[in-house]
Amino acid sequence: MTTLGWSAMIGSLVFVWGLAGWCYYKILTVDHHKHD
Amino acid sequence: MAKENAKKKMPVAKEEWASKLGVILAVSGSAVGLGNFLRFPGQAVSNGGGAFMIPYFCALLLLGIPIGWAEWTMGRYGGRKGLHSSPSILGAFGKGSVARYLGVIGILIPLAVSFYYTYIEAWCLGYFFHYLKGGIGIDAAAPVTEQTARAVEFYTVFTGREHNGVIAGGSIGTFVFWAVTFAINIWLVFRGITRGIEKFVNLAMPTMAVLAIIVLIRVLTLGTPDAANPEQSVVNGLGYLWNPNLSALTNPQTWLAAAGQIFFSLSVGFGVIINYASYMKKKSDVVLSGLTASATNELFEVGFGGLITITAAFIFLGTSNMIGAVQGGTFGLGFTTLPVVFSHMGGAGNTIGAIWFFMLFLAAITSSISMYQPTLAFLMEALGWTRKKATMLLVCFCLVGSFLVMYFSAGGIFWSTIDDWVGTFLIFILAMVQIIVFSWVFGVDKGLAEAHHGAHFKIPRFYRFIMKYVTPTYLLVVFGAFCWQNLPAWMGSVAEEPLRQGAMALIAGVTVALVIVTRIGEKRWRAAGLDIDGREPPKD
Repeated sequence: MTTLGWSAMIGSLVFVWGLAGWCYYKILTVDHHKHD
Repeated sequence: MAKENAKKKMPVAKEEWASKLGVILAVSGSAVGLGNFLRFPGQAVSNGGGAFMIPYFCALLLLGIPIGWAEWTMGRYGGRKGLHSSPSILGAFGKGSVARYLGVIGILIPLAVSFYYTYIEAWCLGYFFHYLKGGIGIDAAAPVTEQTARAVEFYTVFTGREHNGVIAGGSIGTFVFWAVTFAINIWLVFRGITRGIEKFVNLAMPTMAVLAIIVLIRVLTLGTPDAANPEQSVVNGLGYLWNPNLSALTNPQTWLAAAGQIFFSLSVGFGVIINYASYMKKKSDVVLSGLTASATNELFEVGFGGLITITAAFIFLGTSNMIGAVQGGTFGLGFTTLPVVFSHMGGAGNTIGAIWFFMLFLAAITSSISMYQPTLAFLMEALGWTRKKATMLLVCFCLVGSFLVMYFSAGGIFWSTIDDWVGTFLIFILAMVQIIVFSWVFGVDKGLAEAHHGAHFKIPRFYRFIMKYVTPTYLLVVFGAFCWQNLPAWMGSVAEEPLRQGAMALIAGVTVALVIVTRIGEKRWRAAGLDIDGREPPKD
């Protein structure tokens, strides 16, 4: 695995895990009563 | 007075998702399917490896997420008006009959795809069952070529590819697995949004994630299992997929493949999101929900699909056998290559195989239930029928469609024709209709304002420009290139092959039936005084 390969893999994984993590954090921490 | 009486006769759709997470998991479950684990890694390897991720994420941000937001917004808007099917919602959002009848595509796609998707789903259940019983008869000591031949033989017989009539051809077991799969699907859909679909996805999605993590851990801890071939290691397996070939970025095919992968993976333009979102509460957050569903799909696709299949295949099969594995496509990789890989895993192989195929089965069933629900909602809404009566008609439709798919099983020609024309071509058309209706007919500013009702964060301002100009243009270019590449061959093969003509006749027949039901519904909705042409904002 080349350095660029590691960069592509780690960058992609950080992006998808980060995006999903942020979304679920927002879902679970928002004030449901305020909006629903 | 007449309007009030008619209104009383309209079925009152009271169904709603019990929780925010429920609809997100349901839409994510619809999107996460075989393509995430099998198609994505094959596409990445064939189109520049790590470099593929640049056009892939561009397509996600410019195509997948914006169209998804448009579909979520239109769905919830329709639900606020008491509408739950693609024709009625698009008619209201698109202000008239043209959008309404184009919305029939949003019923045709999930219904016609379900005809063959449940059949493929039954393969996953069947393979799971065989792995529980000890595998599919691959000799672990035989050369890889012999093992692959055995895997192909099993696949060919089990799926009825050799000749027509999966039932008559000695594969009665496949039919039994299909019957079980279909019954589970119909039972879940019949139980309704909250008690059936939501309860199931709340259990199935986390289970699927846990199973994927188990398989991932197993694959990443394999090290270098064959001391005689030290180059066949986990790190080199990951490198096989992720090492970037930057020259691929100058090839238009790479950008086309990336856009196609995003597009089909996220299930936008499929007719499902618009229906599912219509059961949301009026102040539910469609912006965050849409983004979360896309993020979940990406997590399964890149986070699991990008690490498991190609790596495992590389470790055991080596570079020389990988070309065949990748060229085998989604089904080749899943049903003929991976069984060979499992046979190399020693005592744990059958267990990992069983976990793998059960995970694929869950991925498939969370997708297939989303294909039945839009038609069911449409029949109830347009004909004014009860859920029970509408389910019976849906079952009749599906029995005819699925039996034809299973009977004309030779070479997979019949179902792949439906996949080409409905599961691929028409999805482009519906996505185009949706983004044009959202950005141009309803108006992008009004559309974004509608999306922002109840939203915890606003869609970034620059997406106004993207949704109005960039996404439709991007989609048009991709669609144009797609047609240029595929349509002449597709049309030629339909002209030459009677099985393909039969599949087209089935599609035409279903389309006519759905248009007739839409016409009946249109008359009923007008008589009931519903604002199906979107002249007024929702009155909730």
